[in-house]
Amino acid sequence: MTALSGDVGAGSREQGASSQGDRPIIEMRKATRILPGTVPVTLVADIDLVIGRKEFVAITGPSGSGKSSLLYLLGLLDVPTTGEVLVEGRDTSHFDDDERAAVRLATLGFIFQFHFLLPEFTTTQNVMLPMRALGRLPLRQMKERAEGLLAALGLQDHLAKRPDQLSGGQRQRVAVARALANDPPVILADEPTGSLDSKSSEQVFGILRDLVDRDGRTVVAVTHAMELADRMDRRVHLVDGRIVSDERQLQPAQSRPG
Amino acid sequence: MILVLDIARTHISARLRQTVVAVLGVAIGVGFSIMMAALMQGSQDDFVRTLINAMPHVSINDERREPPRQPAETMFDAAQIRGLTPSTRRRGINNPIATIAALESWVPGSVTPSVQARGILRYAGKDVTSVIVGIDPQREPRVSQLVNQMRQGSLPALFRATNAIILGDRLAEKLGARIGSNISMSAGTGKVMTGQVVGIFRSGVRAVDEGTSYVLIKTAQVLAEQTGLINEIRIRLNDPMGAKAVADRIATDTGLKTVSWQEANEDLMSAFVIRNIIMYTVVDAILLVASFGTYNIISTITFEKSRDIAIMKSLGLTQSTVRRIFLVEGLAIGLAGAFAGSVLGFVLTQVMLSIEIRTGFTDATHLPLVVAPLHYAVAGGVALISSVIAGFLPARKAARVHPVEIIRGAT
Repeated sequence: MTALSGDVGAGSREQGASSQGDRPIIEMRKATRILPGTVPVTLVADIDLVIGRKEFVAITGPSGSGKSSLLYLLGLLDVPTTGEVLVEGRDTSHFDDDERAAVRLATLGFIFQFHFLLPEFTTTQNVMLPMRALGRLPLRQMKERAEGLLAALGLQDHLAKRPDQLSGGQRQRVAVARALANDPPVILADEPTGSLDSKSSEQVFGILRDLVDRDGRTVVAVTHAMELADRMDRRVHLVDGRIVSDERQLQPAQSRPG
Repeated sequence: MILVLDIARTHISARLRQTVVAVLGVAIGVGFSIMMAALMQGSQDDFVRTLINAMPHVSINDERREPPRQPAETMFDAAQIRGLTPSTRRRGINNPIATIAALESWVPGSVTPSVQARGILRYAGKDVTSVIVGIDPQREPRVSQLVNQMRQGSLPALFRATNAIILGDRLAEKLGARIGSNISMSAGTGKVMTGQVVGIFRSGVRAVDEGTSYVLIKTAQVLAEQTGLINEIRIRLNDPMGAKAVADRIATDTGLKTVSWQEANEDLMSAFVIRNIIMYTVVDAILLVASFGTYNIISTITFEKSRDIAIMKSLGLTQSTVRRIFLVEGLAIGLAGAFAGSVLGFVLTQVMLSIEIRTGFTDATHLPLVVAPLHYAVAGGVALISSVIAGFLPARKAARVHPVEIIRGAT
């Protein structure tokens, strides 16, 4: 699925990977996130987590265990109260909002449970949005790349449609294409199949699997669905905001049924 | 920047009706501000024009602002003389012919001598106080609009009868005098003369029309019992606005008291300043109220689009980009409003200009309006600035949206 990667003017991911060697792509050191208030709430506590390249990591745990909070910290959407988050070896503790935004734009791609597409824009325009924010390609190339990504995800007939004209599975695939727009080495997914039927879930999971196996990206996905988590390479289990197990599955369950 | 414009456009078009209302609010504010400014400026200019036409731009008379320094004061440092009483008989301007010749050499305008005397006009048992001005009918048209202000008779008619007099229309009305009436003039000196009314003028300035009369210089000199007296030199300038500078220079050169038309009407001029302050305050208030519409629509958009803002920020759009989106929206509403308002203002001004005012006593006239680019620039500029400020407040709030809070809320 070569169409899912490509030059976005930010330097090749493969090149980057080779020069970075085996250095972890995201590293979390003693990270704790406490929500301030009259009764402070600890979302996650003392998290030490190293995410390497080309890993397919599931973050699991019961509701309220801090899975999404951990993902937001990994994705620099939130800032730990104490501890550090390193992305490609750079400590982001002292980054301001705009510096974190710049890292997200070039290095991290997000997929949320609900597609979160901009309703007034077409699918192509939605996918072009991160590219336009990065602004490293001419507009025409951005459009070609967006259309290429959508076609690779089977959406070639829906390029000019708006999100409300698509099914749930199609919208989530558009969201995947948008996450891949700037060719980021890491995809962070928060319950990517949570709002989909079983057929669409399988489709989206297959795409994520391909992103790791064929494109060499790192995918970190929060999921409730244990049968999907079992088919990923590594499973980080959280309870009450703490990691209680971090297991690598040497032979994950078949990635595709049948 | 194109991305910012695209997003701003989608936001505005998604809330088209509200946006149109906001634009209309700004447009009406701008339009009426322009019309009001045109009317206020027009009426002020019209009034000033009437004032300038009714009186000399600079008048020089034989008084002094400071009493002349007394010999004793010059001789002895300790001497100080207070409460000097001026002589009853004013001597007039020394050597008026030479003074006028000197002034004519540099003053950009026309210069003419006259004699001012105060007296009482009496006719049919009625006494009315009047300033009796002795003029030269041939030179007078160069310094005043009197010739155009004549309602009955003419200036040269002053030559036709003995002690001929021209009255202001209200003065004539008070006296009950008409053309041909023989009225009695008595000056402060006690001299009484009889003169014939040969003309009636109307300047438009009430104080002048009910208290001024014109005679020949010679008649005025006889009334004042001073042969050869010239106690006022009147100047009409090519540029009336330069009167103050000219008056100051003459005062410095001659030591005589010179009064520019601005100084003579200082209270009116300061009233105009206050009037303009009030006008611009009202205009700004109108535009400020209009900007609430802009604030309202952009606040609504930021509230409605908070999820989209969170998503855009989670994708990597910076705070400044998000802020720019809403600033552009404010600016767009302001620009559209300023443009539509300018058109509306122009149309309103033209409509006001076309209104004809007719009364039984005056000729048909139109409202005095001034179409000045400055009014458009000020109203449009204030509308733009207030729209940008109205956009800035919600824009700042939107830029500070914490994506996680919104995303958590949405899931």
